[in-house]
Amino acid sequence: MNKTINTPTLFFSLLFLQVFVLNNILFLGFINPYLYIVFVFLYPLKENRIPFLFYSFLLGLSIDFFSDSGGIHALSILCIAYLRPFFVRLYFRKLVADYAFFKLKSESFGKIFNYAVTLTLIHHFIYFSFANFSFNNFSMVLLNTLYSSVFTLLLYFLGTNIFTKKE
Amino acid sequence: MQQIIYFFQKFKNFLFFLLLAFVSLALTFNNLNFHKSKFVNSANFISGGLYSQASSISEYWNLKSENKRLAEENTRLKNRLEKNNAVVFNIDSTIIDSTKYHQKYTFTTAKIIHNNYTRNFNFLTINKGTNQEIEHEMAVINSKGIIGITDNSSSGYARVQSILNRNSKINARLKHSNYFGSLGWNGVNYNVVQLSDIPRQAPLQIGDTIETGGKSTIFPEGILIGVITKINKGNTADNTVDVTLFNDMSNLGYVYVIKNLDKKEINSLEVLQDE
Repeated sequence: MNKTINTPTLFFSLLFLQVFVLNNILFLGFINPYLYIVFVFLYPLKENRIPFLFYSFLLGLSIDFFSDSGGIHALSILCIAYLRPFFVRLYFRKLVADYAFFKLKSESFGKIFNYAVTLTLIHHFIYFSFANFSFNNFSMVLLNTLYSSVFTLLLYFLGTNIFTKKE
Repeated sequence: MQQIIYFFQKFKNFLFFLLLAFVSLALTFNNLNFHKSKFVNSANFISGGLYSQASSISEYWNLKSENKRLAEENTRLKNRLEKNNAVVFNIDSTIIDSTKYHQKYTFTTAKIIHNNYTRNFNFLTINKGTNQEIEHEMAVINSKGIIGITDNSSSGYARVQSILNRNSKINARLKHSNYFGSLGWNGVNYNVVQLSDIPRQAPLQIGDTIETGGKSTIFPEGILIGVITKINKGNTADNTVDVTLFNDMSNLGYVYVIKNLDKKEINSLEVLQDE
């Protein structure tokens, strides 16, 4: 990956990948990866966060349109988009002044791993809690969160390994 | 004033986040109410069109099972015709013919272009809409049994609330007697739905067939649903039994949408009763 992919391409490719391919996987009958949240991982860090929050919300809402889920995807991706700077500061120790020079792929694998795992778990937990919408099957929420997170992260790390050029 | 502007400046990200979160929460809650979700659903022009493109490609994989299902249905209908020995009029059923007999239902064919069955609140999308007179609260069935109720429709597409939706309530009865209850789903297994509120004196046995009751204005009576596979013997308040569906909800192709022509008349009578 010589250039960073521009945002509209990333937006639409993730949207259609999620809606037409990944939503139909249903591994073991119910496990789906939700790879569209990679948008939040890869969007360049900027001081003005309002466009980023809005695009994330729009991506979630578009997926909601296709999968008839109200606003659940929009809500859960919005939450991790809002929380992202806190984890950037926590794991990469980057402040607003360092944002212009920040590159995700030049960070060490351990840091990226923590960052991706935390955001994925938060997103999936919010998503499955609202998709379940009751306190009855709470163990199912936790199990779904765990399985789908593993699946999503596996696809993310495989994807970044395959599509990154070795220097 | 200065203070207020400063406050907005300082917390603009958080306020923007709150605004968007509020919008998405409102959409989520609206989606759980039956035909209240006018805005976000897959029956719009863009997602409906894309889904129908995708399903026109993927339907080739189901041709074999679809053909088999149609042949089975034809056999069953032909047997029924022979039994009734009735005069058959060679007419399209969408034409309303009130001179010869009182027609109560019209049937329209539609194709399912998007199917969900793994979540708690499942919806389907079909490729017919208001242009083909598909409105909300019409029954959707196929030859093996019931599928759902139409919810929202755009000009070319309609969204169907599946019976695999925790909000769905359908009037159902035993085939061999007239005891009825309401059919819902607990969100666990997509082959098994729950029949509740059936009277205690009703003779229930494993293997009994359940069909629609005809007490609602949506479904005609006598459409197959499934067989009883589990009966709760305990002293529970709601006498719930598990019903295994005849339909495989994960593999659906063409369906029939049923319009009740007497619905307006029945509903206006029922409104009078309440007053």
